[in-house]
Amino acid sequence: MRLLKIILRRFSKNKLSVIGGITVLTLITVSLFAPFISPYDPTEIDVYNVLSPPCKAHLLGTDELGRDLLSRIIWGSRVSLKVGFVAVGIALIIGITIGSIAGFYGGKMDAVLMRFVDIMLAFPTFFLILAIIAILEPNIFTIMAVIGITSWMDVARLVRAEFLTLKERDFVDAARAIGVSNRRLIFRHILPNALSPVFVAATFGVAGAILVESGLSFLGLGVQPPDPSWGNILTSGKDNIEVAWWLSLYPGFAILITVLSYNLVGEGLRDALDPRLWGAEED
Amino acid sequence: MLPYIAKRLLLMIPLTFGITLITFIVIHLAPGGPVEVQTEMSLKVSAQARDNLKKLYGLDKPLHIQYIDWLKRFIKLDFGKSFVDGRKVIDKIIERIPITLTINILALILIFIVAIPIGILSATKQYSLFDKLSTVFVFIGFSTPAFWLALLLMILFGVYMGILPISGIQSIDVSDMGPFERITDWIKHLILPVSVSAFGGIAGLSRYSRSSMLEVIRQDYIRTARAKGLPESTVIFRHAFRNALMPIITIIGLSVPGLIGGGVIFETIFAIPGMGQLFYASTMARDYPTIMGILVIGAVLTLIGNLIADISYAVVDPRVRKQ
Repeated sequence: MRLLKIILRRFSKNKLSVIGGITVLTLITVSLFAPFISPYDPTEIDVYNVLSPPCKAHLLGTDELGRDLLSRIIWGSRVSLKVGFVAVGIALIIGITIGSIAGFYGGKMDAVLMRFVDIMLAFPTFFLILAIIAILEPNIFTIMAVIGITSWMDVARLVRAEFLTLKERDFVDAARAIGVSNRRLIFRHILPNALSPVFVAATFGVAGAILVESGLSFLGLGVQPPDPSWGNILTSGKDNIEVAWWLSLYPGFAILITVLSYNLVGEGLRDALDPRLWGAEED
Repeated sequence: MLPYIAKRLLLMIPLTFGITLITFIVIHLAPGGPVEVQTEMSLKVSAQARDNLKKLYGLDKPLHIQYIDWLKRFIKLDFGKSFVDGRKVIDKIIERIPITLTINILALILIFIVAIPIGILSATKQYSLFDKLSTVFVFIGFSTPAFWLALLLMILFGVYMGILPISGIQSIDVSDMGPFERITDWIKHLILPVSVSAFGGIAGLSRYSRSSMLEVIRQDYIRTARAKGLPESTVIFRHAFRNALMPIITIIGLSVPGLIGGGVIFETIFAIPGMGQLFYASTMARDYPTIMGILVIGAVLTLIGNLIADISYAVVDPRVRKQ
């Protein structure tokens, strides 16, 4: 608990990160309470109000089917939230497993696994994602899985590097001396000490996953209309680019704010979790 | 130097092998395989016709034989024929490479020209107003979806101001133009795509060169240079900058996959007939031979990018060569 307090205090020193954190919490609340907050049904078609510019009845305007843009953006935040967290969860599971095994056992195992990481890093990720989605059905579940299995490499490298230094430490030798099994050594003794860079990478990962999802949905390979996602609203923005600037401006702004907030939180966490900076801690 | 390059080249062989294997596995994940996709549209296709198609693509053989056959043809750069128009995949790709390469190279140049001075200046004036502003810019740059930026620029410069074209790489009436007009027309078409694809890279590289420069400035030899009374500009540009530049060079190689992959979205938006657009069209049409060809070529280009980065790093830093 004491540790958590120190981390929180260090985190709160960075004002931008705190603003980012508050924004993230607000966004999560908005998406949880979307049915109560959003002024209209996001899929309700209104043929008399097609492509209406922002006005009193529709604060952010309407799209080419007369659907309320604000409501669609509010509901779209659910997609970003789900994709961000689930995709990063998948990436963490794969990355932590591969990174721990490579770092702990070293030798041939390490060499083979790290070559695999190199191969995965050589693919232009977006091409690989598109290819897999082309084969499978484009929907929100495919997207979460595909982003997850194409973005675990950084986590694996970080965990491996932590393991390489941690396994030489005395507490690991001590645990080994009293006959702790390898599995317990990895998961109970070393891994908990290796997690802080992983937390930071995960926060940046959520931001990255949200960006990729929006790009895929924009290309029509993600969440399918009429379900709203920020990316597919931007598709109608592009289709109506000559007449309806609001369809392009607002959803992208939502993406920018969300991704920026996660990045700021990640930056704050990085400083807060870096033990090298803890010496400067007063008290 | 030569043994170093040879070692790097040898390392590329297993990587290329792995890349082809993963590409092959990905494509064969398809339920029913490529033939099913090609025939599912028309119910009239008989079982006989399906078998013929399978034979044509060698899909009746066991998987590992298929892979080896494909690999043999891949070495000769023969990726088979497109499902869409029956043309050779390699021809389709080659005609798309120049425009994608042009945009990427121009974007890289733009990234370097803009980002390195920003990074160096923020580092030498750490915590100044300029440093703070550029940090804010970096964060916004990291967080902006490139395709949204493209849409906004299209609305601003294309729709409202009407000074830049928003799609294609040449105007419809290009055949009536003189040589000079053609070049300006071409440049006008490239301004938006190149700026958009450089945007994210500028944010990344300026951050990177800032931290690289900060690292160098703290070194003892910089203190020595200052202590012996050298003017600050000499210290920064002759002593610090050259050393800070070394790690920056590796970024060129590492940014290749991002640039190639990012091309899918903005080439589609700006209707630029490059590799990204071809890849997108092939994915939509489930044109497996083309998808496989571009995936492999994209990955190999990435490896070559990494190799160039490693070699240039070794050229500027003798310590690397000796390892």
